[in-house]
Amino acid sequence: MKEVKEKPILLAHGDGGALTHQLVQDLFLQHFKHEALQAQNDGALLKALSGPPVLSTDSFVISPYFFPGGDIGKLAVAGTVNDIAVTGAIPLYLTVAFILEEGLPISDLEKIVASLAKTAEEAGVAIVAGDTKVVERGHGDGIYINTTGLGYMPAERHLGYHQIQAGDKIIINGTIGDHGLSILSTRAGIAFDTELSSDCAPLNHLIEAILQSCPGAVKFMRDPTRGGVATTAKEIALASEKDLILDEEALPIGETVAGAAEFLGLDPLYMANEGKVIIIVDGERAEEVLATMRELPHGHNSAVIGKVEEKKSHKGQLYVKTHFGSHRILDMIAGDPLPRIC
Amino acid sequence: MLSEQLKRFREPQLARQMLDKVKKSLQELQAHLGYKATFMEFCGTHTAAFSRTGLREELKEDVNLLSGPGCPVCVTADSHIDQVIAYSQLPNVIITTYGDMVKVPGTEKTLQEQKACGSDVRIVYSSLEALEIAKKNSNRPVIFIGVGFETTTPTAAMTLRKAMEEGVNNFYLYSLHKATAPALQALFSTNLPNIDGILLPGHVAIITGRRQWDVITKDYNLQGTIAGFEALDLLIALEDLCSRIQNSSKQVGNAYGRAVQEEGNIIARQAMDHLFELRDGPWRGLGTISQSVYKLKKEYKAYDAEEVFPLPSIPQGKPSPCLCGEILKGLKKPFECPLFAHRCNPIRPQGPCMVSHEGTCAIYYKYERTV
Repeated sequence: MKEVKEKPILLAHGDGGALTHQLVQDLFLQHFKHEALQAQNDGALLKALSGPPVLSTDSFVISPYFFPGGDIGKLAVAGTVNDIAVTGAIPLYLTVAFILEEGLPISDLEKIVASLAKTAEEAGVAIVAGDTKVVERGHGDGIYINTTGLGYMPAERHLGYHQIQAGDKIIINGTIGDHGLSILSTRAGIAFDTELSSDCAPLNHLIEAILQSCPGAVKFMRDPTRGGVATTAKEIALASEKDLILDEEALPIGETVAGAAEFLGLDPLYMANEGKVIIIVDGERAEEVLATMRELPHGHNSAVIGKVEEKKSHKGQLYVKTHFGSHRILDMIAGDPLPRIC
Repeated sequence: MLSEQLKRFREPQLARQMLDKVKKSLQELQAHLGYKATFMEFCGTHTAAFSRTGLREELKEDVNLLSGPGCPVCVTADSHIDQVIAYSQLPNVIITTYGDMVKVPGTEKTLQEQKACGSDVRIVYSSLEALEIAKKNSNRPVIFIGVGFETTTPTAAMTLRKAMEEGVNNFYLYSLHKATAPALQALFSTNLPNIDGILLPGHVAIITGRRQWDVITKDYNLQGTIAGFEALDLLIALEDLCSRIQNSSKQVGNAYGRAVQEEGNIIARQAMDHLFELRDGPWRGLGTISQSVYKLKKEYKAYDAEEVFPLPSIPQGKPSPCLCGEILKGLKKPFECPLFAHRCNPIRPQGPCMVSHEGTCAIYYKYERTV
């Protein structure tokens, strides 16, 4: 395989023949060790789940596929694991489908596959099925990945919009905008004094620890990925029919992100995050949840960033309280954040 | 990354103390004038900063803040967007431009829509990035759509100089760069709008210097102060403006002294003057303004997209029913436009003021809507 890794992906790697077989044997099965996959059946035979199944799927399309703080493989695991975890469920299994572009260096693919396996191990989820297709050169962006995750909901967990009430607090587990700005600055080739790094990480252990340590305190969770904290918070406001008020002074924004966002004319509140979770908690128990989070990996910089109030208009709104104490409205993102001119 | 000095300009407690002082000064000014003063913020970044910080809301009882024409995207004529779209349809051409520009409607469509139809349009963060694209695609013409005021014009000049030095012969500039002072003169020479003072653009003044703005006081008997972009910068500038109006100052003030010199950035100005000359040109909403657009001098025509790729004049389509023109002149506020937040929104902008981050309508849509 050593000499093969120096070579590019060919269309024949996706035709189901000898080269596909070689890729599966020498690459995928070397990194993905779960017995259900190693059995190489068309379908993975899994153990019965301990509660109602929770299923989620996501496709990952990102340029560049290696970025500071991660790569598309890490992202593909963290993204789907987090989507399941924020529902309150415990993620167990993943399927991984690769769409490779003819010409992708096999050495790059191996780095991505290794990263995928390492992140899955960190999250404690098993990769149990997969697929590979190859598209012609010029018809892809190197590599696209789809992951589908399966988990189960433990008994007595009933998180949901309907639980959100006035008086609840809004918590986030750390600084915002890191992923989005690190991708943008990498794409634009802009270097800053301190390197920006994506926050990409699986959060299921952090989330499970909160749910177990503070039972009943968490009302709702959502990971603020594309569209950032503002778009996610606005979605929560609309669905729960409550007003959400973010406190500008309490928003954790790293210095490099704040400076880079200003330089590029962008707002960290609308930048993507891949290792963050917004948690709506019972207002009385916010400090208890916060203390738990701050003791855990991926939770050291957790902060209360706002509160929930009864709606003042016909639907739920999102506001930010400015430094001067006035309130301004925040809306969902409209299109990609693009650099301004001035 | 944020310097200690900049952090002080973001200090909320200091800003709150200063806010109380400015409110008092504005109330004194109101007593002096006998009515509530109206100030124009020329620059879109100021409009955004007033809204984002919540200062517009805090000061609404004491001053009427109007937005001016200071958004380079918003003042780009739709005929120029049509021209760019025509360039993008030439065989093999790569169009490079800033993000805001791809969403601005021409008479028929946007560059973003043209990209979806197959044109090679690439968003860049700087003119240097466009030059890099030209170097990597040496067998294809790469046209950089240069947009902006004196803030981006020097960088376009320096990029062209680099292209010349490195012998890059497939890189072309379509210059829509505009000069700020002629726009203000055009605005005030029509006696519109009725304002008591103006906050002048800090970024532009870094290049042009403080002195060039004295013409506002001299020729139009209007008080002005150059302002930075932090909450404290804006408050210091407002305080300065109040004092200048009451004392009938003879020159414009500089409340952005940490960045703006009397003569500006001479090296940047020399780079611009070396390659560009001012010519008459159309501004959206303001009509043709004499000596207001930076075009490449004849001796650099090998790099000038307009010279190398002459296109037939494009017939004017139907004008947009939006009020962008009135808004750019400070005559109307976005809420007065019947399209605002209904037919015109950031997803489907009908006019350029809803497109750019610096556009008044986009800023009001983002920050000032109350429902």
